[in-house]
Amino acid sequence: MDVKSGLMYTKDHEWVKEVSDNVVRIGITDFAQDQLGDVVFVELPELNTRVNKGEAFSVVESVKAASDVYSPVTGTIVAVNTELEENPELINESPYDRGWIVEVKLDELDFSDLMTAKEYESYLKEV
Amino acid sequence: MPYIPHTTAEQQEMLAALGMTQIADLFVDIAENLRLKQPLNLPAPLAEHELVRYMRQIAKKNINLDDYVSFLGAGAYDHIIPAVITHLTSRGEFLTAYTPYQAEISQGVLQAIFEFQTLIANLTNMEVANASMYDGATALAEAALMACNVTGRHKVAAAANLDPDWLEVLSTYLENQDIEVIKIGYHPITGLIDQAALSTTLNQELACMLVGQPNFFGGLEDVEPIARWIKAGGGLLVMAVDPISLGILKAPGEYGADIAVGDAGCLGNPTSFGGPSVGFFAVNGSKLVRKMPGRIVGQTTDKNGKIGYVLTLQTREQHIRREKATSNICTNQALNALAATIYLALLGKQGVKQVAYQCVQKTAYMRSQLLDAGFRVRFTAPVFKEFVLQADLDWDKVNDYLLEHGFLGGFPLKYVDVQLADSVLIAVTEARTKAEIDQFVELLRRCR
Amino acid sequence: MLLLEMSTPGRQGYKLPELDVPEVPLTELVPQAYLRSTDLGLPELSEPEVVRYFTNLSRKNHGVDVGFYPLGSCTMKYNPRINEDVAAMPGFKRIHPRQKASTVQGALQIIYELGNYLAEIAGLDKATFQPAAGAHGELTGLLIIRAYHRQRGEDQQRREILVPDSAHGTNPASAHMAGFVVREVPSDNRGGVDVAALKSMLGPQTAGLMLTNPNTLGLFEENIAEIAELVHAAGGLLYYDGANANAILGITRPGDMGFDIVHFNLHKTFSTPHGGGGPGSGPIVVRQELADFLPGPIVEYQDGEYCWVEPKQSIGRVKAFHGNFGVMVKAYTYIRHLGAEGLKAVSENAVLNANYLMHHLKQDFYLPYDRICMHEFVLSGKWQKEYGVTTLDIAKRLLDYGVHAPTVYFPLIVEEALMIEPTETESKATLDAFIAAMRTIAQEAKSNPEKLKSAPTLTPVARLDETKAARQPILKY
Repeated sequence: MDVKSGLMYTKDHEWVKEVSDNVVRIGITDFAQDQLGDVVFVELPELNTRVNKGEAFSVVESVKAASDVYSPVTGTIVAVNTELEENPELINESPYDRGWIVEVKLDELDFSDLMTAKEYESYLKEV
Repeated sequence: MPYIPHTTAEQQEMLAALGMTQIADLFVDIAENLRLKQPLNLPAPLAEHELVRYMRQIAKKNINLDDYVSFLGAGAYDHIIPAVITHLTSRGEFLTAYTPYQAEISQGVLQAIFEFQTLIANLTNMEVANASMYDGATALAEAALMACNVTGRHKVAAAANLDPDWLEVLSTYLENQDIEVIKIGYHPITGLIDQAALSTTLNQELACMLVGQPNFFGGLEDVEPIARWIKAGGGLLVMAVDPISLGILKAPGEYGADIAVGDAGCLGNPTSFGGPSVGFFAVNGSKLVRKMPGRIVGQTTDKNGKIGYVLTLQTREQHIRREKATSNICTNQALNALAATIYLALLGKQGVKQVAYQCVQKTAYMRSQLLDAGFRVRFTAPVFKEFVLQADLDWDKVNDYLLEHGFLGGFPLKYVDVQLADSVLIAVTEARTKAEIDQFVELLRRCR
Repeated sequence: MLLLEMSTPGRQGYKLPELDVPEVPLTELVPQAYLRSTDLGLPELSEPEVVRYFTNLSRKNHGVDVGFYPLGSCTMKYNPRINEDVAAMPGFKRIHPRQKASTVQGALQIIYELGNYLAEIAGLDKATFQPAAGAHGELTGLLIIRAYHRQRGEDQQRREILVPDSAHGTNPASAHMAGFVVREVPSDNRGGVDVAALKSMLGPQTAGLMLTNPNTLGLFEENIAEIAELVHAAGGLLYYDGANANAILGITRPGDMGFDIVHFNLHKTFSTPHGGGGPGSGPIVVRQELADFLPGPIVEYQDGEYCWVEPKQSIGRVKAFHGNFGVMVKAYTYIRHLGAEGLKAVSENAVLNANYLMHHLKQDFYLPYDRICMHEFVLSGKWQKEYGVTTLDIAKRLLDYGVHAPTVYFPLIVEEALMIEPTETESKATLDAFIAAMRTIAQEAKSNPEKLKSAPTLTPVARLDETKAARQPILKY
């Protein structure tokens, strides 16, 4: 399972990347996409939607499963990866890069509940 | 024992393989006090030959549409059913198959459903139809729930002149999800939705407007202004339609409906005391497709490039989404949908048009004959295959009289609204002949 | 070729009699603006073409009539043809739901008596036949639970329905539709409800617990008496999902176990055909105390005749008319044919057959719960996974042997699950052939996994691209 260094991770298998001041990019991990199988559809939120930590803001669907994507942070959605509309398979092919889902402008910088790449790697061993 | 192949010897052999000596050993997990000590109190079994005679006796206690000429409608109709349909639906491969979860050995059922979806979508002039619902009433309720889900709103408007039983089902489904149903009344003279009641503030809060076309009284609504009104407020237009009528009447898609529902029992299925029937559910717009309840079949290819069919978009459904599913529906009405598909294939575009045309003409003929006989018609709206007759008569007594003469009369409207006690709902389908209509009119004339 | 592709302009398979009433110009009857202007999009075909098309379609389809169909929790038993003949009698087929009661006493008799038979089988009191399927019955039962609590002024507080983690998907979906919040109760290592966990989850917020018994693992809930007591003590009601009733007919009764509401699937336990996905019928039977809440009207026998009566606090209709009457007639015929003795033999042989299969198959497939099963059991494809073979591969390979695969990947609590329910109408020879086929497949998994991974090869189509079907849906042509 590929765990990209330099990113932060959640127990629900999302990754978080700081892209600029106060803005983070969010997606699901290689482990998550592998569990789901071929992604067939991504339910994307609207721009400017408010999200709260722990709330689901998107759904990633495969043929046999649908997985809620939970926001690891609180803020406002400022970008949505519309490429996923036509090419949901990007999540399978490039989960950390072209398969990103949203960008959120944070209310405050609070990454206390997030894991480092090493911590996530250990976590995966238990799962 | 009926239908059980095992001989006692075979049972013993099998028990021995399990290290057991008697059947009771299999049920040790059931506590002694829960095990029945007596046989169930049910009637003694009847051998097949006796059974047929017995059931025939019960069946004979029912007056049926083979022996009586029916002008009774109100949600179920005596339409012509081609003979060949049951021969095809009784084929064991269709009759005894389950839901097509193993697609490779269920291509028959899957392809048939794909045809049903296509023909219903075409007939209703909508983009996508699902594999069927239980009936029109539950399809309407699910449409309202879907509209609320899609818009995020908690209020729906429903025409008060929809079938009262459908309105009751709607209410049962919606009130438990804290969704308010606002009834839009109908005009006493036309019998149509009272357009004056379409308030310009209400539509901002509504998830949808539910309109029957035709309505319960058989009348044809002026849908355009209603469509404009509901959409102006951001809500969906849901139309409940008679699929046979779409042979000549404007289809929901042509009105810009977002969701079209109805009962397709009239397409090749017997009345069967109200069930099994089959509901249909069709939508416009890809956003709505992914929120549709029920099964959907899609076309794809196998690994050798051969075209095949599978259940698709299953992540909407209960077996994957569980409590987040768009609906709890699992078993639907597949065999009845198959009958409807065969009907549409046999009648075809010309035949369905003719059925609808004959319904309109025969209903109009009945209506004009009754007017000539001095009866009044309640409601001025144009009608499809039903209309409301008005007279100061006890319609129950009239129906008893008609019964003595071999006719099933219309539905007395006192059973839905005491203010309509002087009225009866009469249906005339393509199955009725001029002679039957003339005789019926004559009998009614004698009642006055 | 599909119907519209075969279509030839001018053909018409079915001709109506000529119009025999004086014709009036259409626009005098219906305003032009209300008339259709788009094409109907229906085919034009002759009757022989239609017959051939559908006949050939049917030949690409597996059914109980064709071969073994061990789909767990679906009870794919033989569908007696006498039931079909009876349901097709004009006195049952050709009656209108709005006919006056006095003209359909036979129909009302069927509904009334069938209600009594199901009540006897369930060990409860009153039935409604409005629900058209099991899931529909679940919804109806849950709405009755709500009405019960509402009457006690506790509806606002009792928002939770508990379901086991092994529950069928319709259970939580139905609970959600009824306006409840769903919570899952874990199973213990015997495969039953974890009673300690259940205790901790029960409270004043509990509306009820939904259970199948035997459960979806095919195991009888050993602690059912205690579970019923706990739920009732907490003020909740107990709902029985009757999907697995084929195991207990004449052996034990849900009412005696403490259940308050039961639904039956007539298209499972009571032999009515599945039709490719319906029609079904999901009647519910309730304890007398709940009878006033039933969706009305129901049939009663008063003053020497059958009549419709509206229950005093009815939750309201859940369907138009009276339920799937045509299906009910078939179930009624079945019960009259079998009688108490025949129904008991059904369950005895269903359970015997399942245990027989389980006993032999556990040598080649991992059996997570090695105890006596009831009418079905769950294996795991865990051992075969070592060779890179999944339960899906096993299922697809079975298709090559002319057997419909068992239910796969359900219940969710078993990894690589295979749920097998033979039913009582299968012969020992069929069971032995199935065992042999499964043994061979287990061998193939080790020696030649490619055979499984490329299966099926002997079916009308090979494995279908479901990803493509979901990514680029083609839902009509």
